[in-house]
Amino acid sequence: MLKDITLGQYFPGNTVVHRLDPRTKLLLTVVYIAALFLAEQLVSYGILLAALAGCIALAKLKPKTILKGLKPVLVILILTAVLNLFYTPGETVLARVWIFTITLEGVWTAFFMVLRIMMLITGTFLLTYTTSPILLTDGLESLLNPLKKLHVPVHELAMMMSIALRFIPTLIEETDKIMSAQRARGADFDSGNLIQKAKALLPLLVPLFISAFRRADELAVAMECRCYHGGEGRTRMRQLKYERRDALALIFGLVIAAVVGVLGWMGL
Amino acid sequence: MILEPILETRHLTHTYSMGTPFQRDALTSVDFTVYPGEYLGVIGHTGSGKSTLIQHLNGLLKPTSGTVLFQGQDIWAAKERTRQIRFQVGLVFQYPEYQLFEETVYKDIAFGPANMGLDGKEIDRRVRQAAEFVGLKEATLEKSPFELSGGQKRRVAIAGVIAMEPAVLVLDEPTAGLDPMGVESILKNIRDYHEAKNAAIVMVSHSMEDVARTADRLVVVNDGKIPYAGTPREVFSHGAELEAMGLGIPKVTSVFHRLRQLGLDIDPSVYTMEEAVSALLARKGGRRSC
Repeated sequence: MLKDITLGQYFPGNTVVHRLDPRTKLLLTVVYIAALFLAEQLVSYGILLAALAGCIALAKLKPKTILKGLKPVLVILILTAVLNLFYTPGETVLARVWIFTITLEGVWTAFFMVLRIMMLITGTFLLTYTTSPILLTDGLESLLNPLKKLHVPVHELAMMMSIALRFIPTLIEETDKIMSAQRARGADFDSGNLIQKAKALLPLLVPLFISAFRRADELAVAMECRCYHGGEGRTRMRQLKYERRDALALIFGLVIAAVVGVLGWMGL
Repeated sequence: MILEPILETRHLTHTYSMGTPFQRDALTSVDFTVYPGEYLGVIGHTGSGKSTLIQHLNGLLKPTSGTVLFQGQDIWAAKERTRQIRFQVGLVFQYPEYQLFEETVYKDIAFGPANMGLDGKEIDRRVRQAAEFVGLKEATLEKSPFELSGGQKRRVAIAGVIAMEPAVLVLDEPTAGLDPMGVESILKNIRDYHEAKNAAIVMVSHSMEDVARTADRLVVVNDGKIPYAGTPREVFSHGAELEAMGLGIPKVTSVFHRLRQLGLDIDPSVYTMEEAVSALLARKGGRRSC
């Protein structure tokens, strides 16, 4: 049950998209999101959609996995569609229901908004599906490095992030185990009203917190035993290196963004 | 045995992650029985399916196919029944000390009985009795479970299950990570409960030595199936096969197996030190020239 949660799940693979430098992918994702907000009309959306589909195909991801990732935001999508459909003022009235009017503009806005959200999420999924969490934080740390001059603890933040990501599956497993153990003593997590349900969580949360603190403590000791003292002068086992394909991918991404930007400026 | 089994699985199959690429059979058509009042040892190495099996016994896992019967009735027949079964079949998980959560030891042990809906007086009686079974002192009951030592915490957790007074007590490696003295005393506590309440005990372990001494009957779990079940003597006669499964037999038994290979006419199915001594003495008595 709990194991089904996909939280920034990584699908290992060895495609071009997987092999790109994480920094390139992070930057491209930012460029892609910016372009998505510049896009105004069908043509620009079409270009972006084609680029996204191309990347998904290159990464050899199944459309099914993408759709599965979109499932949790279904409610938001429907809400967005409905709100835009009914509340966009316009001239061409298509239908009137009670106090609501549906206009042609409303239909288009709703369509584009839903498309935009879906593409936004799919794009970021593409990043997390093809980049391992460790590489992702490495990339992030490297990109944010200039902020060190401003005394932002970039390394510490990145380390915290990778530790957090590392322990999500462990904690989920632990939760499952404690839940089973308390169920064996007759605990009931599913029935009763809200207050009873909240109370029933106590036997789960207390041991979970205690074990999380214990783990954190053990991890800290283990890290200190291996002389960890923060990012100062720390070298890496895996060096990030830009390759030719990174330059190509970046140029490609920027060109597409520029085209979309120009098209948007021209009102297409 | 002509006794009716108290707990029984029929053609129990469990598949994890059904319908995904990670699909894996943990148990395949397992028939497993527990008789009232017996001391049953379940042996299997990590990943053999023994943990999956015991989680079916009290309805924590639902069989993919097959049935689990308690006193002859399907435990999945009704929702309320499934919950009642958890009080009848007490399950102590591995490292149970990580499930403690209450402010005091007393309250933690009372968690199970309170969930059963018993009245205060009965809960009090059960908590005190359970604490006595596992050798916890009166003064410990008012302490916070988190200030106790590891071994003491383990006792509290086991008491928490014993306090439900289950007819079948299932324990998953209850002695893992304890020092030899702690192991002895916990095993003794469990035997005490077994004798006092005439409860069936299902002791899961990967160590032959631990279970061989105390169990009336042994069940071997390997690769999601039960290849051998019977008295320790019967099971240990399959020494070579057990070794192939990575489940060593007790050291005395393997010494005797080797002696027999070397040509000594000796019964290789002994599994305790006492038996070994008497077997050797008997041989010595038989051939005075020695």
